[in-house]
Order: sequence, then structure tokens, then C-alpha cells
Amino acid sequence: MSHKVLGFLTLLAFAPQVNAASPEVNVYSYRQPFLIKPITTAFTEKTGIKVNILYAKQGIAEKLEREGKYSPADMVLTSDFNRLLEITQKGLTQANHDVQLIQAIPKQYRANDGHWFALTTRARALYVSKSRVEANDQITYEDLATGLFKGRICIRSGKHPYNISLIASMIAHHGEQQTKIWLTGLKDNLARKPQGNDRGQVKAIKEGVCDIALGNSYYYGKMLQNKEQKQWADAVNIVFPNQNDRGVHINISGMALAKYAPNKQNAEKLMAFLSDEEAQSMYSALNMEYPVNPAVEPSEMVKSWGEFKSDTLPLSEMVKHRKTAYKLLDEVKFDL
Amino acid sequence: MSNNKWLIAAWTISIILILPAVFLLLQSTGSDTPLFEHLWATVLSEYIVNTIQIVVLVLLFSAFFALPSAWLIAMCDFPGRRYFQWLLMLPLAMPAYVVAYIYTDLFDFAGPIQRTMRALFQSDVAVGQHWFFEIRNVPGAALMLALVLYPYLYLIARTAFMEQGSHLFQVSRSLGQKPWQSFRRIAMPLCRPAIVVGLMFIGAEALGDFATVHYFAVNTLTTAVYDSWLGHGSLSAAAKISILMLIGVMGILAIERWQRGRQRFYHKYTGQNALFKLTGWRATSAVIYCFSLVFSGFILPVVILLSYAIDYASLNTDGQLGRVLLQTVWLALLAALITTALAVLFSFTTRVSSSASGALPTKLSSMSYMMPSTVLAIAVLIPMTLFENSFNDFWVAIGYQAPGLFLSGTTFALVFAFVARFQAVANGTIEASFLAVSPSLDMASKSLGKTDSQMLRLIHLPLIKKSVFTAMLLVFIECMKELPAALLLRPFNFDTLATFVYQYVSDEQLEQAAFAAILIVLAGLYPVMRLTQTGEKSI
Repeated sequence: MSHKVLGFLTLLAFAPQVNAASPEVNVYSYRQPFLIKPITTAFTEKTGIKVNILYAKQGIAEKLEREGKYSPADMVLTSDFNRLLEITQKGLTQANHDVQLIQAIPKQYRANDGHWFALTTRARALYVSKSRVEANDQITYEDLATGLFKGRICIRSGKHPYNISLIASMIAHHGEQQTKIWLTGLKDNLARKPQGNDRGQVKAIKEGVCDIALGNSYYYGKMLQNKEQKQWADAVNIVFPNQNDRGVHINISGMALAKYAPNKQNAEKLMAFLSDEEAQSMYSALNMEYPVNPAVEPSEMVKSWGEFKSDTLPLSEMVKHRKTAYKLLDEVKFDL
Repeated sequence: MSNNKWLIAAWTISIILILPAVFLLLQSTGSDTPLFEHLWATVLSEYIVNTIQIVVLVLLFSAFFALPSAWLIAMCDFPGRRYFQWLLMLPLAMPAYVVAYIYTDLFDFAGPIQRTMRALFQSDVAVGQHWFFEIRNVPGAALMLALVLYPYLYLIARTAFMEQGSHLFQVSRSLGQKPWQSFRRIAMPLCRPAIVVGLMFIGAEALGDFATVHYFAVNTLTTAVYDSWLGHGSLSAAAKISILMLIGVMGILAIERWQRGRQRFYHKYTGQNALFKLTGWRATSAVIYCFSLVFSGFILPVVILLSYAIDYASLNTDGQLGRVLLQTVWLALLAALITTALAVLFSFTTRVSSSASGALPTKLSSMSYMMPSTVLAIAVLIPMTLFENSFNDFWVAIGYQAPGLFLSGTTFALVFAFVARFQAVANGTIEASFLAVSPSLDMASKSLGKTDSQMLRLIHLPLIKKSVFTAMLLVFIECMKELPAALLLRPFNFDTLATFVYQYVSDEQLEQAAFAAILIVLAGLYPVMRLTQTGEKSI
């Protein structure tokens, strides 16, 4: 058995050690590393602080909770608001009152107590077929449940965080009962059962499976830049719904300072950097998102999709209805 | 070592391996009746039906793929047999989510197959009115899983058929039984324990799969586990559903054991098998059968991956892949060695222990296999971080600097999770081959005054050598592909090939990580070929 013990010891010796000598910052990320790598590289070049990233799609909040006060995590990046609020509500974050950060990010995009900050916004837009749907900005989310779109809609799983947020905002505006009726109508209008990702729905429109789909705004730009997917994007118009009433549903990507951050100062530097002009314009240019920093213009491509009115429902109001949204999806068997 | 020492070692290690599940159970005592009732009233019944359908279909497809091919390879001679015997293993090296991705891309409405069909046969039909077939459904997902899981059964059944030898079959034929009757009445019952082990692996993999069924938009009990935990925020409901699944599986296994009754087959044929030479249409069908399996489970996906890799070659040149490959191989190798050594320990303890409880360590240590991998990852963290936090507190209290998370923050956590998860794979393989070693050998060894360890070293290990290799191979390949636990438990800046591929697959951009996916497959190739060669020499 001794060789096994030896094996474990070797293992520990080989394990990447946290080196206190060189400055670094540890990031737990729900966002894919390849999305943020160029931005963190710019940060390292500027400050000499190394950025270590651990990416996972699920379970980061749970991991952080288990690790407790000896957690190596300094900050958390999320790709939607529900997850961001989840970690703050679990008490896994601490306040960041950095002046530069507070000046860069408008009030509605950060917590009053400094526990979370938005970095970018994105609209839950509609992708409509150029050839089979007349372009207009009169469409509303509510219309998707009416007879007009019978058998013409495609959507990814209702339980994806992006759809959960939209449904939660519907509950905030219309109440649980009305939202359930809306969900039932939407489900009846689906051309096929929920599947794939947002881009897959646009591909389905191109192939004629359906005429209209829900998708985040940045995918439009990403598809246009991909040689294979450009033809999908060319088959659709991007439409921002509900322009004559409350505006299009907005979600955010965001960040928070971990409660027991061992490299707190470095994390604060990175957070400030991410809200600053250079990083914000990179977010827009590379990921096609809308910067939260009002001093930063969206990239040319993002601007070309036009101005639009956004739903001003506070994010914290929306997130209250998250669990109800899950419940309703089960009740109408949305994904089945 | 006396019996007791074996028992103590086996019990201690198996208890450590089951700790995550125990802690998860302890955490799950909270009340969640409303959530459970809600799930029950809405979606749970359909999830259960889907789950049963998936598992049953995967088992049927796998048996349909694996048993005939294993039989052909073990008993018959036909052109290409020498190559097919290891080619048929290759799909095992292919992660299911990669195959699923490739086939949906090919076969869904917008894919090239259906596009071509529409262009050829329905060019006059209006857009939106086309007939189309859906690949994202239960049979589709089951087919994908079976395509990469059948080699489990093939490998085990082939070895079992070989060890059973051809003379029994010849006797049966000489007594007037037709080939099919001999197969059904002689070969199958004799190989039943091995076949059940193979099917158990496949069933557990199918049950615990999340990535593939999710990709196919099929909701199963695993979906319910993830939903309750990550959506409704109830770890306790998630744990309860996991436990229900576990009970279901153990129930089925218990029925099988009860039905098998007290039959025992101590038979090991090590002579030269006389292969039945196939000619004419029989040989052609055998070749076509084996080739179509290899083609759809391996050749086609690899060709498509290669074409992706060439298309996106510029994106694959950041040079970190070599390091990732080494890390992954090293990790998988370590986990495979530990798991196999432990499996031998557990099975041997069962054998030499006089009481019935001697079999418990094997069973306990196999249980984590039934847990969905993400749940296992968090379950591993519960006891590990508790221990680390108390250790750190203590260290600080006596005036030293806190050492930090020296277990969960390092690759230790990964290796532990891999061992806990795949112990069942090694246990199953080794247990089955221990069962085939006649107890009379033990008695002879004892009567000649050998100790237990001498018996293990001199008698058992040489006899079960092939299974030890099999176990190591299976665990190695599993670890190469394992994803959810690796994602959550790996340290900073540490990737396995699977996690590297996944960050792109999760964005449905497999194309960009095609080269890394090919590396997963390549790393699995060598052990597969090596193993079949070893198997071949010893007969």
C-alpha cells in the first residue's frame, strides 16, 4: 500500500501551488474562458497581475459555499443575473466600494450595497425570418402566444437561465396566472419541442423549420462573424420587441467580490479594470454585448442593430420570480 | 496478512470512498415536501418514463451491437477478424457528447442529410411544409449512447466467450443443436454473469448521462436532479431523487442475482480455440456487421472531427494542448492504477472473508457510480472541505499560517472523485473474473500452506491478469472522457482534454475544439490496441 501513499504525495507535489510571490487574482467564472481571455490578458499586461480562471457551467456557487473561508476565489464572473444574485444571497460575496467602479457603472446596474456589479447588458431579442415575416417593431413577447404564430416559433429549453429571466420578468409584469396562460400559448405555438441553443434556432429559421425565435442579441454579431453561420444570420432580422410599451427584456453579465478573497486588492483592481473604457469596449467589440459604462460606445456592429427601448424593471424585482418561473415551466410541461 | 487485515483495509478504504454519498444523505434531511409534490404532480412521471425508455433502449441497442460481434470475434474466423477484434473497441474512446453533437449536426432538419433529401425529393414543397424526421428524441439519444457504450459489453462478452472455449459449443453441435440453439442454450447462460456486468456499466452510464440527453432535449430523472438542485435550489430533493435512482438500480440487480440463484460457473478454458471458419455470404455479413459498427461509432465521427480541425486549424495553435494532454493522461493513469488496485483488494477480501459481510466493501465502494457526476463532485467537496477547514482552523490556532485547501484545491480532489466514481467499473470487471476462479484452487493453495497474500500473488493474479488489464483500460478511458466532476474539481489553470473541449461544446462550437477532441480519442487508442494484443497472446 505504501506506493499508493507515495503516489498521493507525488500528486500533491505536482499540484499547481499558489505562489504568493507573484501577484495574482483567482476568478471563478460561469463564462467561458475564451470569451474573457483577451480582456484578462490586457489586464495582466497593464498591471503584471496574473489572472487564474476556473470555469464551470454549473455548481460554482455550491463549490464556493463549501470551501468557506479558505476558498482561493477572489471574484466571480457570471453570464446572467440570476446566478449573480444567487451568490450574493448565499452570503458568498463582500462589498466593493471602489470609487472608480461606482463612477463607471450606473446605479441600476449595481447593488446599492456594492455586492454585485453588471458588466454588460444584452437584449432577449426576436430573430424573425426575412422572407416569411414582415419586418416591424410592433411585435411583443405577448404576441408569441397568440394564434398569429401558430407552429412558427423555435426556442431553446425553457429552463435555460436566459429564458428563466424572461419568464420571471413576465411574472413581474403580468402576475403568475397570466404568465402561465402565456407560457401555454407559447408552447402551443412551437414548431418543435425546445432544444439546442440560441444560434440553433436561427439556423432552424434559415432551414424553414420555423419563422421566429427568441435569442440573445449578441449571437447576431457572432453569427455574422462566423463563416458557416453567416448564412443563418443573413436569413433573419433582429427585432427588439415591446417597443411601444415597456421595452425589450434585458439581462446582464456581471461580477462580484468573493467574501473571503485572499487577493482582495488585486481583485478590486481587476473589477475596476473590467468596468473601465478599454475592457468595456473590448466586451462590445469581441462579444457583441452592450457596455454598462455610459462613457463607452457599443462597437460599430452592435450599433448597427439600432437603438431600442429597454424594460426598466429592476433586476432584483425580476429575480424574485425565478423559482415561480421554474414551477410554471414544469406545470405547462414546456420542455416535454 | 490474516483475514482481518484484509477486512480492515477494505472496510476503511470503502468507507472513505462512500463518505461523499453519506454526507450528501446527511445534508438531504431537510424538508422539501412541496417541491417533491410539485415535481410529482407535474413532470416526474414523464421523466421516469423517459429514463426507463432510455436505459432499456440503450441496453437493447448495446446488446444488439455487442453480443453478435463479440461472438463472431471469439468463435469465428472471417476476413479482417484480427483487425476487427480491436477496431470494435474504438468507439469507447469517443465521448458520447461529441458523437451526439456530430450526429445531430448531420441528421437534424438543418443538417446536410435532410437538406440533400429535401433538395432531391421535395424540391417542389413549400418552405415549412416539408416532411422531416426528428433525431432529438428518446430513440435518437439511446442510439447515440449505445453507439459509444456497446464496447463495454463487447469487451467483457468477448473475453467471456473466449474463456468458455469452443469445445462446449462443439459438444452441443455434435448433440444435434443448431448454432443458434447452442448460442442461446450454452454460450449465453455460461456468460450471463459477465454479460450482466457489462449491461450494468452501460445502464449506469446511460442513467447518469446528462450531457447527451440534454443535447437531445430529452428530460430524464437526471434532469430532475439538476433542476431541483440548481433551479429550485434544493440539494436535499436532488439527493432524494438520486437515492431513488440508486434504489431502483439496486433492486434490478438484486432481482437478477436472485434469479441467477446459486448457479456458479467455474470454468476457464485456456487452450487453443478452434475457430469456426465463415465463408461466402456468412463471412460477408460478418464483415459488414462489424464494419458498420466501427464506421458509425468511430470512423465517421473522427473524419468529421478531422474536417472541423482542418477548417478551424488557425484556432488550435495556442500551444497549450500538449500540456493539457499530458496532464489528462497522467491523471487518468493514476486514477486507473489506484482504482484497479483497490478493486483487487475488495474482491480478494470478499473471497477470503468467511462472513457474508466481506462482500460489503465491494458493494459500498461501487455505489457512487450511480450518482450523477456533478452531484458527486459537490458530494466529494462536502467532507473534504469540512476536514480542510477544521485542519486550517487548528493550524491557525497553534500559530501557523493556514495551509489553504490542500485537498480540494489540488488535483487530489480530481483523482479522488475519479476513483470514487469509477471504482464500480473496476470492481465489476475484477469481481466477475474472480468468480470464474474455482474455489478448489484456494483450498489447494491453503492445504499447501500458502498465506493469503501468496495465494493472491501466485494463484489469483496470474489467473485474472486479463481482467486487471481490462479494468485499467476501462477506468483510464472513462477518466479521459469524464466531464462534470473534472469541471468542478480541477484546480486553477488546470484543464483536462474533456474540460477544454467542453468550454466550446457548451457554446455549441465543437468545431473550434475538434483537435482536442481528436486527442481524447487518440489517447484512448493506444490502451485499446495494447489490451486486445495482450488478450490475444494469452490464448
